[in-house]
Amino acid sequence: MSLEALQTDAEGYLANRDDWSEELAQELASQMGIQLGDEHWKVLKTARTIEGESGSSPGLRKISKRSETPIKSIYKLFPDGPAKLIAKIAGIPKPKSCL
Amino acid sequence: MKTIVILGAGTAGTAIANKLRRRLPKDWDVAIVDPSGTHLYQPGLLFLPFGNETEERILRERGSTLGKGITWHQKTVKAIDTNRRLVELEKGDELSYDFLIIASGTEVRPEMIDGMLGEGWRKNVFDFYTLDGAKALREGLANFEGGRLVINIVEMPIKCPVAPLEFAFLTDDYLTKRGIRDKTELVYATPLDGAFTKPLASKTLGYLLEDKGIQVETEFMTGEVDSEKNVIRSYDEREVPYDLLVTIPPHMGAGFLEDSDLGDELAFVPTDPHTLAAKNVERVFCIGDATDLPSSKAGSVAHFQADLMAENILGAIDGKELEPSFDGHSNCFVETGHGKAMLIDFNYETEPLPGQFPIPGIGPLPLLKECRRNHWAKLMFRHVYWHALLPARPIPISPTMSLAGKQLSAAAELGGA
Repeated sequence: MSLEALQTDAEGYLANRDDWSEELAQELASQMGIQLGDEHWKVLKTARTIEGESGSSPGLRKISKRSETPIKSIYKLFPDGPAKLIAKIAGIPKPKSCL
Repeated sequence: MKTIVILGAGTAGTAIANKLRRRLPKDWDVAIVDPSGTHLYQPGLLFLPFGNETEERILRERGSTLGKGITWHQKTVKAIDTNRRLVELEKGDELSYDFLIIASGTEVRPEMIDGMLGEGWRKNVFDFYTLDGAKALREGLANFEGGRLVINIVEMPIKCPVAPLEFAFLTDDYLTKRGIRDKTELVYATPLDGAFTKPLASKTLGYLLEDKGIQVETEFMTGEVDSEKNVIRSYDEREVPYDLLVTIPPHMGAGFLEDSDLGDELAFVPTDPHTLAAKNVERVFCIGDATDLPSSKAGSVAHFQADLMAENILGAIDGKELEPSFDGHSNCFVETGHGKAMLIDFNYETEPLPGQFPIPGIGPLPLLKECRRNHWAKLMFRHVYWHALLPARPIPISPTMSLAGKQLSAAAELGGA
């Protein structure tokens, strides 16, 4: 599916998690100026797995523990707000509160 | 004799214990394990720092909250052996179970953040999610004469996710009454992308922050509290200076779930979102703050879950399939200060919408809108908690959410609920 045809919410997060693919993630990441390497993939796939299991986008500490990537390193991999960038590239909703 | 063992006698554990005791025949023992001798009404911790609540009103002897016929083990849980269906307690004691309910909640863990427990702890760095913290903060606020007051959520998930925002609104009210609001910069620092993160709430409630002059620092994940410089420092090296810091430290599940097969990385129990059965294990259920569910960690959620879980456990005893009945329903009052509050009602699928509650079109409580009636209802709720919610007497609010009385069009305008 091309980037233009994708359905996203008002803030640019993927509306349907099944529209996601690794190719799409590559494309989204490069738009944000990030070249995805193995360390990025480990973090992205962990975030996606946890969201699939628990129904909510995880915080960075949980991603960090599960992917065995220190939070500091996650900030280096996804500068400028890793929580949002990870959710966007991994095709999961943004981390939210109840209001 | 058959046994249901419940771990934790907080809101969820006490409500489900009382409900099951009433419904189960005499050949079932309902055992509950909790080392603490008192039950704390946690919503009171929001008001205590401002001098609007007293310890006497928010504490009860644990024994008085547990109905007749419930066996209370005042002990610490060490581990759960799901193969042998045993709970290991301190001093080598063991309890065997036919069904196990994990209701051990969540606790704040300030030691997880560098420097949080340093020089400033409970001098100008406070939490209010514990009784000791809320009491210390009462002194801290009373001695505060102006400067920068920073409220900081370190990370999600936390108990009662709106409480920090309520705390900010009540602080504005409190400082105004003391005549030092104009000498204070009030800052709300959050790891999320806004104080409100859902489209409708951002649109309709953003005025609250503006009107009250609350500055918001977004996407701020605290890595360190520097008590020498009095700043919190984020992982991306931003600094927020404070004179008084009100922190909401990281939350974790109970100690016995850490590094166990039952707990996840934060020691919360992976739980089926609709049946409330613990995943990948037989005869174990999880309720309240201890789950990994996306529903709010809030008393109302625990109450709705208790209603539905009791039915499911009674069914399971009769060999029936579990009903996927829980929908993530949550119902919370949100204090906005100056004698007003809002009411929000939502579930997994539907964000808080405007409307009327509980009677569609009539109310008397408006949803997602400030008013005095909601504030009085919140204060009255303490009585409902002690006399109906904990003893599991009927409360006329459905455990699943209803769309009746809600304005769906409000969400549709913003692209869906």
